[in-house]
Amino acid sequence: MNLRFDIEKQLGEFSLKINSEISGERIGIFGSSGSGKSTLVHLIAGLLHPDSGELYLDETCLYSNRKRIDLSPEQRRIALVFQQAMLFPHLGVKANLLYGYKRCRPEHRKISPEALTKVLNLEHLLQRGVGNLSGGEKQRVALGRAVLANPRLLIMDEPLSALDDSLRYQIIPYLRSVSEEFRIPYLFISHSITEMQLMTDRVLVVRDGRISGISTPDELARTNMALSPHGYMNLLRLKDPVMLEGLYHYPWGTGSLIVSNGREEGESLFELSSRDIILFKKNPEAISARNLIECRVAEMFDSGGRKGIVLESGSQRLVAEIVRTAAEELEISPGATLFAAIKATSFRRLG
Amino acid sequence: MNLTPSDIAAVALSMKIAITATLISLPFGFAVAGLIVFGQFRGKVLLEVLVNLPLTLPPVVIGYFLLLLLGKHGWAGSALRAAGIEIIFTWKAAVIASATVGFPLLVRSIRLGMDSIDRQLLQASRSLGAPWYDTLATIVLPLSFRGMLAGSSLMFARSLGEFGATIIVAGNIPGLTQTIPLAIYDYASSPTGTTMALSLCLVSVVLSVAILFVHEGIGKKLEDGRSQ
Repeated sequence: MNLRFDIEKQLGEFSLKINSEISGERIGIFGSSGSGKSTLVHLIAGLLHPDSGELYLDETCLYSNRKRIDLSPEQRRIALVFQQAMLFPHLGVKANLLYGYKRCRPEHRKISPEALTKVLNLEHLLQRGVGNLSGGEKQRVALGRAVLANPRLLIMDEPLSALDDSLRYQIIPYLRSVSEEFRIPYLFISHSITEMQLMTDRVLVVRDGRISGISTPDELARTNMALSPHGYMNLLRLKDPVMLEGLYHYPWGTGSLIVSNGREEGESLFELSSRDIILFKKNPEAISARNLIECRVAEMFDSGGRKGIVLESGSQRLVAEIVRTAAEELEISPGATLFAAIKATSFRRLG
Repeated sequence: MNLTPSDIAAVALSMKIAITATLISLPFGFAVAGLIVFGQFRGKVLLEVLVNLPLTLPPVVIGYFLLLLLGKHGWAGSALRAAGIEIIFTWKAAVIASATVGFPLLVRSIRLGMDSIDRQLLQASRSLGAPWYDTLATIVLPLSFRGMLAGSSLMFARSLGEFGATIIVAGNIPGLTQTIPLAIYDYASSPTGTTMALSLCLVSVVLSVAILFVHEGIGKKLEDGRSQ
């Protein structure tokens, strides 16, 4: 999917001027509240009209004031998933799911309702009304409804921000499996770097109604490490733990990671803040942290007044964050060997 | 309670006029409310003022304007007359009078219903492939239904009680254009008509209470249905 835009829109005091091009199947739009990211997706979906400019999705011109083209939302085939599920309250789950499907031309119907309800685990909800669904169920139905419209592009406008943490990370596997199973390119809008890391390959960064850059989610996380309240979030997919003395020992790198809140079955996703890793130049021998990992410094980067240290153990990597003076005192440089101490309780299981 | 045949005719005619006026006004009320709530155009304030004008104008003034419009020499009246349609001093004139006077109440209620619809529901519908008219029919219409129902019952009740505009454009002809309020007016003008006037007043009260019960009942049913 290729998205090319050169559009302007004035909304009261706020002015949006976007001139960019981005390609990929899993694109993120990142920005703080009020940066203009929602306005941008509304312009892409045809729910707002630009004042001037051009907007292309692949070879299709969605809008051009020069050519006098302005496709209506239904002509664009761009489905939206909102922050709140926005299910139609007068329709049941099944009717909500089929709303877009029924309006989709038969030649575009590549995803069947049966396949989708299975992937999203919605079979048992089909006969229910939407009023008494939980937040997570509502968002799954909203996602299913958008996917069943068989869109060319799916836009997810902060679909997780209305959910609490536990529900948020229950939904992410569904979002990922829908994307993997049905191969629909999507735009994922969020102000969460962790969500960008989990959901996207390329990120368009919006600030004050302008594009301030295009980066990978990892670059974004590195750039914002010092500013972010939790630093750089390492996302670890771990599986096949061994239980020893009430702790989970997951194979990782050349050794193992010891985690207090693991899960025996399946793969688990953990979050570890770069600020929860303490670095030692020599083996400290006796410490309370359950993880003491010998690793190599693969690379280093600057973020604000901090240093990001990319640690490598086997094929696995972790980012630790230290202040610049600490880096100087420890004389850390790429290729050096360090010991990383991590408490078993510092890992947060997301799913 | 003692009703004469002409009283029964007045009750039947009132019902007929109120039902017809409400049914005719509903699609227009829905369209005007939709235009005011969702439309973005110049002159929107003027439209709102015009729609609400009958609320503030004395009904007799409305009746007089309608008489000028639909009368023999009025531009609409002469055109209708040329087409062989007679309006003034028929029950149809009473329908037009009731519809004009009750229209703002209908529009206001439908507007309230439409205002409570989250705009993102409409955006969701459009992004799922529904053209605007489809969104109007499948999202706005059902979600405005309570407002339409409330507006219809208000308008129906207002039509049953309409007097000033009706007497100007439809007259007070027993069996032909005489409605409940006009019949009560006749009885009230006669020194022996008190009992008959009270009987018709009682009919009015019963009808109004019944309308309110129906209105509340359907509203409650809709609410229960939605929360399931």
